Amino acid sequence: MVENRHHQLGLSDETVLEMYRMMVLTRRLDERMWVLNRAGKIAFVISGQGHEAAQIGAAFALDRTKDYCLPYYRDLGVVLSFGMTAKEIMLNAFGKAEDPNSGGRQMPAHFSQRKNRIVTHSSPVTTQVPHAAGFALAAKLENKDFVTFVSFGEGSSNQGDFHEGANFSGVHKLPVIFFCENNGYAISVPLEKQLASKRVADRASGYGMPGFTIDGTDPLEVYRVVKAARDRAVRGEGPTLIEVLVHRLTSHSSDDDERSYRDPEEIKKIREFDPIRKFNHYLRSVHLLDDDLENKLEEEIARIVDEATEYAEKAPYPAPETMEKFVYKEEGDV
Amino acid sequence: MAVEQIVMPQLGESVTEGTIIKWLVTPGEKVNKYQPLAEVLTDKVTAEVPSSYSGIVKELLVEEGQTVPVGTVICSITTIEIGKKEVNQLQADEPKVMLRENVDMKTRFSPVVLRLAREHGIDLSKIKGTGRGGRITRKDILKYIKAEEERKESEMTMSLTEVEPPQSVQAFSTEDRMREIPVTPVRRTIAHNMVRSKQEIPHAWMMVEVDVTELVKYREQIKDAFLKKEGFPLTYFAFFVKACAQALKEYPILNSEWQGEKIIQKKDINISIAVASENELFVPVIKNADEKSIKGIAREIYELANKARSGQLRPEDVQGGTFTVNNTGSFGSVQSMGIINYPQAAILQVEAIVKRPVVINNGIFIRDIVNLCLSIDHRVLDGLISGRFLQRLKEILENMREETITIY
Amino acid sequence: MPVVSYIEAVNMALEEEMKQDPKVFILGEDVGVKGGVFKATAGLYEKFGENRVIDTPLTESAIVGVAIGAAMYGLRPVSEIQFADFIMPAVNQIISEAARIRYRSNNDWQCPIVIRAPYGGGVHGGLYHSQSVEAIFANQPGLKIVMPSTPYDAKGLLKAAIRDDDPVLFFEHKRAYRLLKGEVPEEDYVIPIGKADVKREGDDVTVITYGLCVHLAMEAARKLIAEGISVHILDLRTVYPLDQEAIIKAAEKTGKVLLVTEDNKEGSVMSEVAAIIAEHALFDLDAPIKRLCGPDVPAMPYAPTLEKHFLINTEKIERAIRELAEF
Repeated sequence: MVENRHHQLGLSDETVLEMYRMMVLTRRLDERMWVLNRAGKIAFVISGQGHEAAQIGAAFALDRTKDYCLPYYRDLGVVLSFGMTAKEIMLNAFGKAEDPNSGGRQMPAHFSQRKNRIVTHSSPVTTQVPHAAGFALAAKLENKDFVTFVSFGEGSSNQGDFHEGANFSGVHKLPVIFFCENNGYAISVPLEKQLASKRVADRASGYGMPGFTIDGTDPLEVYRVVKAARDRAVRGEGPTLIEVLVHRLTSHSSDDDERSYRDPEEIKKIREFDPIRKFNHYLRSVHLLDDDLENKLEEEIARIVDEATEYAEKAPYPAPETMEKFVYKEEGDV
Repeated sequence: MAVEQIVMPQLGESVTEGTIIKWLVTPGEKVNKYQPLAEVLTDKVTAEVPSSYSGIVKELLVEEGQTVPVGTVICSITTIEIGKKEVNQLQADEPKVMLRENVDMKTRFSPVVLRLAREHGIDLSKIKGTGRGGRITRKDILKYIKAEEERKESEMTMSLTEVEPPQSVQAFSTEDRMREIPVTPVRRTIAHNMVRSKQEIPHAWMMVEVDVTELVKYREQIKDAFLKKEGFPLTYFAFFVKACAQALKEYPILNSEWQGEKIIQKKDINISIAVASENELFVPVIKNADEKSIKGIAREIYELANKARSGQLRPEDVQGGTFTVNNTGSFGSVQSMGIINYPQAAILQVEAIVKRPVVINNGIFIRDIVNLCLSIDHRVLDGLISGRFLQRLKEILENMREETITIY
Repeated sequence: MPVVSYIEAVNMALEEEMKQDPKVFILGEDVGVKGGVFKATAGLYEKFGENRVIDTPLTESAIVGVAIGAAMYGLRPVSEIQFADFIMPAVNQIISEAARIRYRSNNDWQCPIVIRAPYGGGVHGGLYHSQSVEAIFANQPGLKIVMPSTPYDAKGLLKAAIRDDDPVLFFEHKRAYRLLKGEVPEEDYVIPIGKADVKREGDDVTVITYGLCVHLAMEAARKLIAEGISVHILDLRTVYPLDQEAIIKAAEKTGKVLLVTEDNKEGSVMSEVAAIIAEHALFDLDAPIKRLCGPDVPAMPYAPTLEKHFLINTEKIERAIRELAEF
């Protein structure tokens, strides 16, 4: 008899199935964007394949009705969990006027949607970390019980903004969850050339917060640790640094070819750690998933992805004359 | 022995003044270099000010509690050894900025000077520059323009006062019996030109009666079709202008101007036509009228009149006139004495065409008759030549009939 | 009306805005217990407590970055960078983030922060306590840069900056802090950002400048009255975006334009002002546009002789005006 881990975490059967569904949707959308890129229809893709368990495990541990997330470009699973739709992701990929992230102004995967508390970010990495401290400071000054969830790669954990933001949050005991998605590569540079310490989480002690390194291919483990970090933050005990170990299943982006710096054996081997397959096994072992349900789910998701693609492809681009709008607040804006 | 001065030091990056809280020495007291002299309070710090010299305190120049700017002498010290005067490098002279050599700049004009000269039609050689190297500055040209305007203004006022004696005003001097009408610039120019013309030019007048029955008949016949075809009316005035241009060609002396020592006869026949709007009078010009068809003249009359009434005349539309034809007939006038459009030599008034009984070959006929009144500058023209001109004009007009007229 | 120093006017503006809007808070190095190294925030920690007057670690990027986060949430942070020279570590946050947040989110998010920093030399500050840094930011649409010249303007403009819904860099000349005093009303008033101000009417030479140099130019103008030279002075007040209309009008007033800034000459704010005049007022110019600026050396040196040689002063302005007047 396999242990029912999700019940121990207080997660219902419906919730874990929803997590699985979200992971698959994230993957299928991501795969579709690669296809569209290779067909010459969208200019750029940057992928979160391999990160889905970590992203969705974490997002489901947060209060998605009030917490703020400050994602980075691989966080497709996080933003979908926070309420962005497949259609909106496709509008973003095509750079269409209706894209809620930036109205076609930013490259794909630069997420933003205020109504879902997804905070806008840029391409220079790690700038969102001090912002997360700022949102958390606002929670403290306004006596609100939301937390901020900020994610970034292990490459970003070397930037000054990571250290400044982490230290500031530690000093002021701010409700921030620092979520480092460590996939072992900063584009082509492997971990051992990036970090002097063994783990990113080792850095937490320098900033007066606990640090954890966990398996990022297991959504339930990620859920457990993030949930604990959130509880701690809400209790006013300050921030937590969580390092999730994941595998990057694709090249860095559509403009990169990992075969020039990654061992072919390694590329083959990491497929075994596909978090979706792992979670599929777990759900089957606790009898929540069978072939019928999986097929039904895949069909439903394929339809969603198709509809989103079709809609976004047909949607209009922003009119050239809108380019000069919104440099500053315009008269009449609220 | 020397007397040295201690100044309020700058204690902090943005500090500009300090307050002496307490003197730590008294006059006559011996002090060593770096010994504290006073406690000073600034916005940023409280500190002790040390002596920069060894010697005897001579005088305390600032009272306790007093605030003084940084750099103010606060006390003096008589030094024991003859101290080397500290060189205050802050007083070192700055390098002199080299002034550009005074090259001749009389004909180097700045953009604004060129623009103003063009706009006001000014000959820059008449202005003396006060800028570097004799350059004409913007201020120089503005001053010149203002002086010119004042000169013209005063000339105008002088002529106006001469012409319009103020006695008449007295008859209506109670306020409710009169209304003050401000003089517009256009009105003032008209006044100025009229006064000038009447004062300078000895006017003489003549009139001829012209039978234009055939012309009237012909115009009546084609005018509707013309309007429909061309989009503007075929007025009588166009025929008169055309006839006049033709007669001027034959009597060019009427197309000239008096210039004191000489008479200038103009080769181009540019006919000024008077166009009245509600309060103003304009005289746009039909250039080279002798070279134009009746249709061409009619079109120009139409366009210039429209421009005048809508205030869109450009300077080139009103310049260069050599002879004026005035359509006084349009107000129903049958006789008038025009004032010459200075500095031209003559003006022709075309009066209203009226039906009159006329004796021809002992029979009485109803004919279309028009009076043409000519005012001449008697310095340039005499009755004889003017009479011949009018006779020729009459002849041309009376011969205008279907068979002889070419509109196009 | 009380006469107060420039820095007291800054302090008044901060206190008034914190009183009237609980969302306004201050963060920076030494701003709390000490009240700031220049005392700009003196007394505020006592009045509003440590949550609203926050002493931060020595982390300029976080001082700005944290403020950006709080501003996106809906608070009104006022960040203090202790010296403008130290703003460099925060440039990525200011330019890549603050300046672009509204634009890149298609108006979904906004970033109403104020970043205050003392700039300028003449206080024996050497290379890194004397710089003018405005030109670094003055080609970044999305930012506003305000540099007031009088206590009155400092109060009214700082209050406007705090209420503004876009990021504002607010540079205060550190020598002006205690040098300049003037009447400042105790009541609430704001001066609109983006509007230049004619500080003196004249018809021989136009001086366009900002910050402390306005004060120096006013002194020069007073001295030149004796020589019959009448000087027109336009205070830009906001150096980005520039008040083009006022610049053109001021240039047209005399046709002889002197542009003054303490910043290095090349690529300074005055280079842009000169370009605006050249583009729009050529046919009103009576002399070449003249710039009086700091020399093109990296920054102001410490030794008094070198510092003085670098700095703009009344005599240099006077001489430049006279040269233009005589042209």
